[in-house]
Amino acid sequence: MTNYIIRRLAQAIPQLFIISIILFTLMQAFGDPVATLGARNPPRPEEKERLRRQLGLDQPVYMQYITWLVGNDWQKIDMDGDGVPETPGQRKGILRGDWGNSLVARRPVLEMIGERLPNTLILMITAEIVIIILSLMIGLVSALRPYSLFDNIVTGLSFIGYSMPVFWLALMLMYIFAVNFRRWGLPYLPTVGMFDPAVGKTPAEIIKHMILPLTTLAVISTAGYSRFVRSSVLEVLGQDYVRTARAKGLKAMYVVFRHALPNAALPFITLIGLDIPFLLAGAVVTERIFAWPGMGRLFLDHTERADFPMLMGILMLISIAVVIFQIITDVVYSFVDPRIRLE
Amino acid sequence: MTNTTSTPLTGNTKLNSPAAPLSPMALGVRRFRKHRMAMFGLGLLILLMFYISFAGLLSKGYCAPINKDVSGEAWANCNDTSLKLQPPSADHIFGTDVIGRDIFARTIYGGQISLLIGISAAIMEVILGALIGSLAAYYGGWVDSALMRFTEAMLNIPSLFLLIIGARFFGGGLPSINLLGRELTGSVIVIILIIGATSWMYLARIVRANILSLRERDFVSASRALGASDRRIILAHLLPNTTAPLIVSATLGVANAILAEAYVSFLGLGVQGATATWGNMLDGAYQYLEAAPWLWFFPGTLILLTVLGINFVGDGLRDALDPYSTRHV
Repeated sequence: MTNYIIRRLAQAIPQLFIISIILFTLMQAFGDPVATLGARNPPRPEEKERLRRQLGLDQPVYMQYITWLVGNDWQKIDMDGDGVPETPGQRKGILRGDWGNSLVARRPVLEMIGERLPNTLILMITAEIVIIILSLMIGLVSALRPYSLFDNIVTGLSFIGYSMPVFWLALMLMYIFAVNFRRWGLPYLPTVGMFDPAVGKTPAEIIKHMILPLTTLAVISTAGYSRFVRSSVLEVLGQDYVRTARAKGLKAMYVVFRHALPNAALPFITLIGLDIPFLLAGAVVTERIFAWPGMGRLFLDHTERADFPMLMGILMLISIAVVIFQIITDVVYSFVDPRIRLE
Repeated sequence: MTNTTSTPLTGNTKLNSPAAPLSPMALGVRRFRKHRMAMFGLGLLILLMFYISFAGLLSKGYCAPINKDVSGEAWANCNDTSLKLQPPSADHIFGTDVIGRDIFARTIYGGQISLLIGISAAIMEVILGALIGSLAAYYGGWVDSALMRFTEAMLNIPSLFLLIIGARFFGGGLPSINLLGRELTGSVIVIILIIGATSWMYLARIVRANILSLRERDFVSASRALGASDRRIILAHLLPNTTAPLIVSATLGVANAILAEAYVSFLGLGVQGATATWGNMLDGAYQYLEAAPWLWFFPGTLILLTVLGINFVGDGLRDALDPYSTRHV
């Protein structure tokens, strides 16, 4: 097992290198970030030149990538533009834990992400729990009574949910539960932000502000997942060992929960494990609409200002999460399914 | 909805076996026609096609700023700021937008562009996916590992982020283009290319898996022995045998591309300028959540219906084209 994990991690490293090269190449299309800096009082041309040299933007792209990767503190850089390198480099590179500084905020990228990440995680983890419970329940009931009225209604609804653009659902929910509930004098839900500044960041406030974004995320994901659970439960219920269990005279519910559900849940675990890191990303639109101060909004705000160290940081963090969750999923799978042996 | 879902999907209709065995294609068509949800989706799509093709005949009116009666797309782009944010009325049945354009007319012409984007991006997705998947599988070795490592890397980067970055890069400053007598902003093409370039990965994997097993079959060895070129083997023998996943992916790809365009446009990075799409009609509409819900309700609902219809059809095609399908026909 340990060998397997080590081998998988070793395979993940070249993959992350490829990802970082693709992303860094893409970042070049942003053009010169210094050119658009300081919209109100733009720096003088010579200051811009200095800034470019300071940020290493005068270097060829491959040198910029190497600096981003392993830093430049082992060499001197030319700050005054006379062709003679004299100032020692400051960057340590991402491999030594230096994710660079945001061009806009002039603060370490990792620190800024660290401020936003908990906000995204609190929304996403709660959403994921709700999604897993709901999909298992709905999928199971659908599969136990296939083609019943309930199943058919759920099938129809889940197709609608699955086809629904996130923003449409979000706007509808906001329109009904915030705008119209207030008009009708009912208790209404807040639409923007994470807490009311007048009340403060209390758990009750956060829960209240989380209801609408959570519902938006849950409806759309549950629609797809419950179909998946339904089809895998249906498949397992047709297996011989389920028939045997029934023939032994076991109680129907015992067969479902002890024999069918654990086996049907196996592919579901894989699906969830592979999708979890993408939830970090999937929140971009939701966070934007509900003004949730998470990582998705950080990404959007800094895309507008071509802040490439920040964008590289966020994208690499998500890619690392994706790769790690793939390994975790495979390992967990081998624990829950004794037939799988990782060599 | 209820009339389509209240009856079982697989009817217990008796097998009335025909005299001659049916071809796989004929079987597929039969299965598709028995698929109630797919037929419902097809009906929905036909209605939507009528809407974006012929409802334009109803789109005309008096455009005050240029002081004459206009029709067609000119009416959709006529901005009478004195009529901005009008709620739905007899003159403007879907209301007007922030600069006083008729939303009904814009949903028609915007729908044409949204569909154009959806179909073109899906075609690009299929071409890229089939090309990369078949090259990787057919040549194997280092070609395979290089292409598949690239595919995996692309899959591990969430595509919405790639879309946002792509749209932000190539978005601005493009000349207008003329297509079938219509003036389109260049960003339409950019959006198509970006969506196509960020959506081919799953298809490439499916095609690769299929061709890996196909290329070991006798008919491939036979045609190689007959001197067929690699290109001919891939294009004439291998790819036609993977038509089913290609068709299903292309269908669902149209829905995903329409959604992708809507997401990018919703974030204000999509198709720019006067050209309407269902997506860019939503740009900024959420600021009018309370004041003007018609701004986002109509284009958003049209996107929902289109995607729903396509998903129904795609699901039906998947069942119908599966050679191992046990669905009664």
